[in-house]
Amino acid sequence: MNFEATEERRMISDALDRLLAEHCDVAKRDDTAFNAPYSNAATWQALSEMGAFAALATEEAGGLGGHGFDITTVFERLGRALCCEPVLPQLLAIQLLSSAGSDRAEAAVTGNARYAVAIDEPDTWFELEPLQARATSHGDGEATLNGRKSVVYGAPAATDLLVAAQLDGRTALFAVDASAVELHGYALIDGGGAAEVYLRDTPATLLIADAETALHAALDAGALALCAEAVGIMDVLRDTTLEYLGTRKQFGVPIGAFQALQHRFVDLSIEIEQSRSITQLAADRLAKADGSRTVSMAKNLIGRTGQLVAEEAIQMHGGIAMTWEYSVSHYAKRLTMLDHQLGDRDQHLYRVMAGLRD
Amino acid sequence: MNFEFSPEERAFQAEVERFLADHLPRDIAEKVHRGESIGKADTERWQAILNDKGWLALTWPTAFGGTGWDPVQQYLYDEAAWRAGAPRTIPFGLNMLGPVLIAFGTPEQQGHYLPRILNGDDWWCQGYSEPGAGSDLASLRTRADRDGDHYVINGQKTWTTLGQHANKIFCLVRTSSEGKPQEGISFVLVDLDTPGIEMRPIKLIEGGHEVNEVFFTDVRVPVANLVGEENKGWTIAKFLLGHERTGIAGVGLSRQTLVKLKEVAASSRRNGRALIDDPLFAARIAEVEIDLAAMMITNLRMLSQAQGSPGPEASMLKIKGTVIHQTLNDLARRALGPAAAPFPAEALAGNHALVDDTQARNAARYFNNRKLSIFGGSNEIQRNILTKMTQGARR
Repeated sequence: MNFEATEERRMISDALDRLLAEHCDVAKRDDTAFNAPYSNAATWQALSEMGAFAALATEEAGGLGGHGFDITTVFERLGRALCCEPVLPQLLAIQLLSSAGSDRAEAAVTGNARYAVAIDEPDTWFELEPLQARATSHGDGEATLNGRKSVVYGAPAATDLLVAAQLDGRTALFAVDASAVELHGYALIDGGGAAEVYLRDTPATLLIADAETALHAALDAGALALCAEAVGIMDVLRDTTLEYLGTRKQFGVPIGAFQALQHRFVDLSIEIEQSRSITQLAADRLAKADGSRTVSMAKNLIGRTGQLVAEEAIQMHGGIAMTWEYSVSHYAKRLTMLDHQLGDRDQHLYRVMAGLRD
Repeated sequence: MNFEFSPEERAFQAEVERFLADHLPRDIAEKVHRGESIGKADTERWQAILNDKGWLALTWPTAFGGTGWDPVQQYLYDEAAWRAGAPRTIPFGLNMLGPVLIAFGTPEQQGHYLPRILNGDDWWCQGYSEPGAGSDLASLRTRADRDGDHYVINGQKTWTTLGQHANKIFCLVRTSSEGKPQEGISFVLVDLDTPGIEMRPIKLIEGGHEVNEVFFTDVRVPVANLVGEENKGWTIAKFLLGHERTGIAGVGLSRQTLVKLKEVAASSRRNGRALIDDPLFAARIAEVEIDLAAMMITNLRMLSQAQGSPGPEASMLKIKGTVIHQTLNDLARRALGPAAAPFPAEALAGNHALVDDTQARNAARYFNNRKLSIFGGSNEIQRNILTKMTQGARR
């Protein structure tokens, strides 16, 4: 048993920290986070060049890593920097294209192709069925798609989409050229962009005819990534709150002198350590037999602790954290809204419950 | 990072499991699995078996007859022991006084007392708390006045766990009333046969007897029984409170308790189906299972990072570990519905038994374990310790 990060992963961490400090200054984040296409081309390019996407892919898929701990290493740093670049959909795409054995994987790993993954629909959240989007096959892997996909993260900046749709009663996965769909983009409350995607006889290429297994594996990897992003955010909120408790004075003393706040802060710190632990456990298990259930355990706990940490950080800061100006408000929003991506705490709790008798 | 145990660690685990399978008396294991309290005779029987193997003092160095195991080995042993149904060993001599004597005792004290702890000659109990000094030990008032080469002790101790079985007690006593309250406290060893000591049982919330109050009236104790320096007992008290780190999170015990909880929930019925399939109840079990999984890794992370003397991470483990265990007890009690209500003896009465004998104690266990967040320094005191650590580091 060994809890030390490998030398390679420490180097990726440090390199990402330097890159993100330069490119993703929280103070200047608004420009990218709330303006179409909600991504900065220079930041994306820099991430690609330093190997951030390559770390998310196995060697067979043209990458350098792809293990659970590679995913958590990258996303924890993205979380710390509150980076709103759509790296998560790229991770999902890399996973899915690798599963499909598609030669498109390489362009995703280099970041030259920018992917969004369209699964959720207005009435189907976090589930693969019953999807309403339907495919009509024209042979030779060519198809047309009809339906609507909802809150498709990263779609405004995407060059390509991966779309889940029903084909012959099964959930299949298709590649679609982003320019071929009708796309209504918007900013998200926590920054970054998504879109409503309309498929109207949209030409598509079949990648996987029976895609449930591949989709579940990719969604597990994505949920793990979100957990790690959350841990990175929690660390920042903890440090910022601690600093504030020591400097902000009320009634003539630092507010950190009040036991009511001291104990709340300690409880927060404990929950953050628990969050780190379950995320590491999920990273270790990801590709193993109990990987899916362990990821769901992590995503549930992160859903619970994420909201707690966000709310407590705001409460302990008081009014200042209610302002757009102060970074805590943005970190708190992202940490809370993570629970609205790839399955919320209840969704994942159902999955854990389903395995209680095992 | 690598969460697999190494081949050496797995081999160690297998060795522990083999030993437990071969040497843990079946009747004792069955009692533990049924959740019965283990009496003095069975405890001593099991401790003697462990001592023969050299596995009794998990945390001591080999030079003093301990295992010399590292924290991960101790953890692996602890988990395997709970799984097998081994009763807990009595911590007062093994996990509390032993490490104190190894760190602060004279060679004479070490040579005399440590072997007696191992071979069962002495059963120690702890004289820390007083009616006015629980987690706030600095305000303790039991006095030890010097009279030649003796101390004369007067005062009262309370919450003395399993003191009814003990022949010795280690006490914090006030040897000076000058300076700050933490100063002027000394750590002394007292033979319970000394004239002037009276021990009275305290009946607890669930009806059991495990704690006592101890009265001292002009009790004469040789000065040679002082451990460390006079008036420096606070250092020892702090050392001792932080010392038990391996088992403090109670991961092994809680995992066993979770297994039992699932069994109860699978055999109880509500609304025509097994309780474990009831979404609300299943959700509560699932959440505490998740909390416990995180706790297990937190525990191992902290053990693997811990170097040298115990640090404040013990406080974090104590808070989270006790709350998780209390939650498990709470769910196990609620899983029985009305059948949790009968007093254990009545619940087990012959043909009219409502539940099996493991489950009959669920409500009692729930009530008894409310103590977990109170004793050993209440969870609020642990939060104060952690506050000092985090805010102290910044300033």
